Amino acid sequence: MLGKTANGLFWMYRYMERAENTARLIETGQRIALTRLNQSDDEWASVLQSADCLHGYRAAHDEISRDLAVDWMLRSKDNPSSVVASVNAARQNARLVRTAITGDVWEAVNSAYMALKRTLARKVTERDLPSALRLIRHHAALVRGVTHGTMLRNDIYDFARLGTFLERADNTARILDVKYYVLLPSARSVGTSLDNVQWESILRSVSAKGGFRMEYGAGGGPREIAAFLILDKRMPRSLAFCAGKLRDNLDYLGSEEDAGVLSREKVASLEDRLKSKSIDEIFEYGLHEFLQTTLEDLSGISRQIEQDFRFYA
Amino acid sequence: MWGRDAQLRAPYKNFFDWFDQEDPKRLRAKNREAEELFRLTGITFNVYGRSEAEERLIPFDIIPRIISGSEWAKLSRGIEQRVRAINAFLHDIYHTQEIVKAGRIPREMISQNEAFQPKMIGVDVPGGVYTHIVGIDLVCTGPGEFYVLEDNARTPSGVSYMLENRETMLQMFPELFSKNRVQPVQQYPIDLRRSLAACAPAMAEGDPTVAVLTPGIYNSAYFEHAFLADQMGVELVEGHDLRVIDGRVAMRTTHGYQPIDVLYRRVDDDFLDPLNFNPESQLGVPGIMDVYRAGGITIANAPGTGISDDKAIYSYMPDIVEFYTGERPLLQNVPTWRCSEPDALAYVLDNLEELVVKEVHGSGGYGMLIGPTSSKKEISAFRKKLKARPKNYIAQPTLSLSTVPIFANSGLTPRHVDLRPYVLVSPDGIKITPGGLTRVALKKGSLVVNSSQGGGTKDTWVLEE
Repeated sequence: MLGKTANGLFWMYRYMERAENTARLIETGQRIALTRLNQSDDEWASVLQSADCLHGYRAAHDEISRDLAVDWMLRSKDNPSSVVASVNAARQNARLVRTAITGDVWEAVNSAYMALKRTLARKVTERDLPSALRLIRHHAALVRGVTHGTMLRNDIYDFARLGTFLERADNTARILDVKYYVLLPSARSVGTSLDNVQWESILRSVSAKGGFRMEYGAGGGPREIAAFLILDKRMPRSLAFCAGKLRDNLDYLGSEEDAGVLSREKVASLEDRLKSKSIDEIFEYGLHEFLQTTLEDLSGISRQIEQDFRFYA
Repeated sequence: MWGRDAQLRAPYKNFFDWFDQEDPKRLRAKNREAEELFRLTGITFNVYGRSEAEERLIPFDIIPRIISGSEWAKLSRGIEQRVRAINAFLHDIYHTQEIVKAGRIPREMISQNEAFQPKMIGVDVPGGVYTHIVGIDLVCTGPGEFYVLEDNARTPSGVSYMLENRETMLQMFPELFSKNRVQPVQQYPIDLRRSLAACAPAMAEGDPTVAVLTPGIYNSAYFEHAFLADQMGVELVEGHDLRVIDGRVAMRTTHGYQPIDVLYRRVDDDFLDPLNFNPESQLGVPGIMDVYRAGGITIANAPGTGISDDKAIYSYMPDIVEFYTGERPLLQNVPTWRCSEPDALAYVLDNLEELVVKEVHGSGGYGMLIGPTSSKKEISAFRKKLKARPKNYIAQPTLSLSTVPIFANSGLTPRHVDLRPYVLVSPDGIKITPGGLTRVALKKGSLVVNSSQGGGTKDTWVLEE
């Protein structure tokens, strides 16, 4: 496969994953806004921060409001991580790797692009927001589904998966990091409605509410939530799960020749850290520090993959 | 079809039996469905000169153009003869130039032709093939009466439309294909790959590595480049993916550089190699011409083939066919006046309002005059241009072209069309896909079929006899 193609696949799937994650973050923000009792827009700052676009937002707007924040994350051309920008970038990469993906996958990406272009052509009203967000999730699911159902399990698929899980791990780590203080034992004031809302928002941001309830019933507090999203290998958006997938796909890529040795080493050290620590040890070490190191690891792995597989040179 | 004699021609009979039973409302809905299908598959072309590379659809007409098997058999014999002659001509003019020595073509027509490529002199191309892919543009004046308008011997485009038009028709009107025995076209990509592989250089080992070279995603025909690479199952590369290593052209893969044996390039000669041609080019591969001359790669089509589809050379095609095949040409040329010749120029200037005048190196329907549909002002402006540079022009009569029906809101209505069959050449022989691309002038009375100027396309059926 061409290095350029591997690069295109990697980023096409990163951007699709990002579009979906951003939509889910908006959904969470909106949910909190609707269920809280006080009248402030504070929550949107942390939502913007979770989506890694607070900085750009501040450069463009003086104050934070629901309308502006939603529009920034959904449609802004000045925000390279907005849903519109992500889907455009995913499609642009899909065009570039048109020969590597199946016709079904291309059509799914293209129809996502066409549908969102129509729906997000104008500012989305509060009333239309739920259906717009549903549309994004629906199309992202479609792309994932046809990828799973039609693509050959070869190196093409491996690069697609690497992009998906790098982006996902990055996203989960960021959401946890923005909210880490709610999870700290010192801030624990079990039973207050504020905490419940905050915890639930974390679980909702990563579509983990159902899974968590299945696992912990009505119980479970911040410690369990952190463990679930960091260490649980059955939770498909947890850091441990994503790291495992990164390892698997790099192993497949390396099975023929000794390609990607350095990438594999980096993933192995991330996995070791996730395996060797219990959640209490992570809290002891410092949740924020742990997540920061993880984010650095992830971007290091991304750069190493670029080099190992000659994305650019 | 309901040509000049307003009579149904035989090949359309089955189709019209079906059509007459159809509800026009349903057909109109199908028309919209077709457009949606095209958008989804991404069969679009990019429009140049727009701020945001805009993607547009070429209008598709749901009424197929139907050619009988016997008509096609006759036509394809003519095409094969012509393509054989073109390859022999190219070999000759880049070697001993027997045709010039024999006095059949003036020397300056070759030596002073912009499309003549001095770097190709004396080069022995792999398999002796110059034009691996040819698209011959034909028009029809009556049953079985085809004229060649143009021989596209550089990088003819549009074959993806031929394939996708058929795919769309199969999806929309499957019942039509059980009532009519239509010769298939879907084997084209596999034929193309085999044909290209058969032209691999002698040093290629095992199954030759084929790749398609595109200028990139902003090129107007990018969809087609990706489509063909995908359908052939080969890599789609850009200049910056390639590099000359150890006398081979190699592509950067995830496992390092791998040599390419056959490069189907959709990049013009001029941009192919900044070291040998246009030094400003970012699209090509520095040094690829040197590899090519040393026999390290096959470039399809070969550089320098443009001289054979040049409009000035076109008027010599009957001589060229006769000279190399020893046979009378089976396909007719449109009578052509070369404005470089004083007598011809005088005639053309006297009859501008009845003639079509074209630039020798023009393409895409630009820079031409269609006398009968032009105003006095346009004609007099063109007259000035023609007098200033007569060598730059040729003129042809306007043929009374036959029409085929298209589906309009008001029902069926006649329009002018052309036909571009696609021809593959390899040492194993010449292969012509039955049918080709039918382009249609959607404006009433118009003769211009180019997609850049409002033309559309339709599916082309060759019936099994």
